[in-house]
Amino acid sequence: MFNKASKGSLFPYTIWIALFVIAPIVLIVYYSMLDLNGNFTLNNYQTFFSSVYLKMTLTSFWYAFLITLFTLLFAYPTAFLLTKTKHKHLWLMLIIIPSWINLLLKTYAFIGIFGLYGPINAFLEVFGLDAQQVLFTDFSFIFVSVYIFIPFMIIPIFNSLDKLNPTLVYAARDLGASSFTTFRRVIFPLTIDGVKSGIQVTFIPALSLFMITRLIAGNKVITLGTAIEQQFLVSQNWGMGSTIAVFLIIIMVIIMLLTGQKKGGRAQ
Amino acid sequence: MKKLSTASKVYLLLVFVVLYAPIFYLIFYSFNSGGSMNNFESFTFEHYKAVFEDSRLIVILINTVIVALLSGLIATIIGTLGAIGIVSIKDKKMRKTLLSLNNVLIVSPDVVIGASFLILFTMIGVKLGFTSVLVSHVAFSIPIVVLMVLPKLLEMNTSLIDAARDLGASKRDVLTRVILPYIQPGIFAGFFLALTYSLDDFAVTFFVTGNGFSTLSIEIYSMARAGISLTVNAISGLVFFVTILVVIGYYFVTNRAKRVNEEVQR
Repeated sequence: MFNKASKGSLFPYTIWIALFVIAPIVLIVYYSMLDLNGNFTLNNYQTFFSSVYLKMTLTSFWYAFLITLFTLLFAYPTAFLLTKTKHKHLWLMLIIIPSWINLLLKTYAFIGIFGLYGPINAFLEVFGLDAQQVLFTDFSFIFVSVYIFIPFMIIPIFNSLDKLNPTLVYAARDLGASSFTTFRRVIFPLTIDGVKSGIQVTFIPALSLFMITRLIAGNKVITLGTAIEQQFLVSQNWGMGSTIAVFLIIIMVIIMLLTGQKKGGRAQ
Repeated sequence: MKKLSTASKVYLLLVFVVLYAPIFYLIFYSFNSGGSMNNFESFTFEHYKAVFEDSRLIVILINTVIVALLSGLIATIIGTLGAIGIVSIKDKKMRKTLLSLNNVLIVSPDVVIGASFLILFTMIGVKLGFTSVLVSHVAFSIPIVVLMVLPKLLEMNTSLIDAARDLGASKRDVLTRVILPYIQPGIFAGFFLALTYSLDDFAVTFFVTGNGFSTLSIEIYSMARAGISLTVNAISGLVFFVTILVVIGYYFVTNRAKRVNEEVQR
């Protein structure tokens, strides 16, 4: 298609791949097999399979699962209703805009909102409830994470709903399916690809969050991401940090395979 | 299409309120003369004044913008050339491998990217600071540029290139006069996304920045860890304002590009 000379344009690109895609993965694997003094060891892996780290991995999974679940539960109806509005692309744009505001600023807002004297507690006091610390709880951590991820879940689901041929829905209804059956048997299966991409862009980042755990969960929740940051920047134990990173990469690959989309399987 | 029921409208409204409330909450209290985010005393611009009078903060703002613009520009050049190169590859397997490698940095958690880049820079001996941050931002922006440019290249009709060659255009002319103008919307979208990636990044920068260099995200993080400071609120007011301007600007530019494109094709 394109002439041979354009192959030369690949040169900087391949250097980029070698230096910033392949080399970092190799380095992470290499470092995961070094101890604090730079000697070869498999101790880091042994440590990872100790109860402390396994427990941390499980809790991290559990939180990521909850975050993804709630994000999906709120995002799907929103995307669904958005496709039914008159100026749907304008509304979608309005959903996307908050995702462009710096992540840190949004997280910071919740420090104030959930604070002891913040609006949430003021609201609770109206009903005669005592002010309580909402910040630094599991609830605040999951709420803020869901808040951050919701636009990223809505976009792919909206796109797949938007592509859905409405005549299929009409056909199902005409053939006597209730709205629930139509949803379960027609709409949802046909938009599963959107849901899968949504899960991909939520679950993996949710495993590796570290900024929200520090600011909102007050170090109570330790995710895999927090542990990596801790090992690298606080304890300076790059070997252990790399080992956790290796596992995070493995988990990521598994999730990608599970939620991978079969190309050309289904006619759209 | 059926009209939305009241319940659906209320639900959508609620989602929008929840999405925007924290942002407006921040901006609202940026005008508070009291020092906190829960007791509005009286209207003031003093926090905005404080932002503009804090020369350290201004330097950080300028750093952030420079890193975003420079990394966006470099990533767009490398990414666009890479996309053209990928399209020119005939071997299907090779092309697929390159594309999978391209997507690695998009799906990788940013903590892993940050950690591995930190190892890389330390090994090569790059001093942590402006250079390492800039290079990292270029690195994680390239794949998104490729993904934006690639579909445009694939939908391009090859006879356009053949025609240009037949009419005596040199290889360079084909690139600058035929290919680039055609894929321009993709390049634009890629550059724009690269900018937002860079401006929004926290985790990768957090790993590869040294002591002396800081971007807005890093600065907000350290301010937020120290507690509430209405200067941060004033920053969010400014950020929101700029974001809206950029969105409107981008909307007009892409709309114009679309119109021009349609006219060309007519």
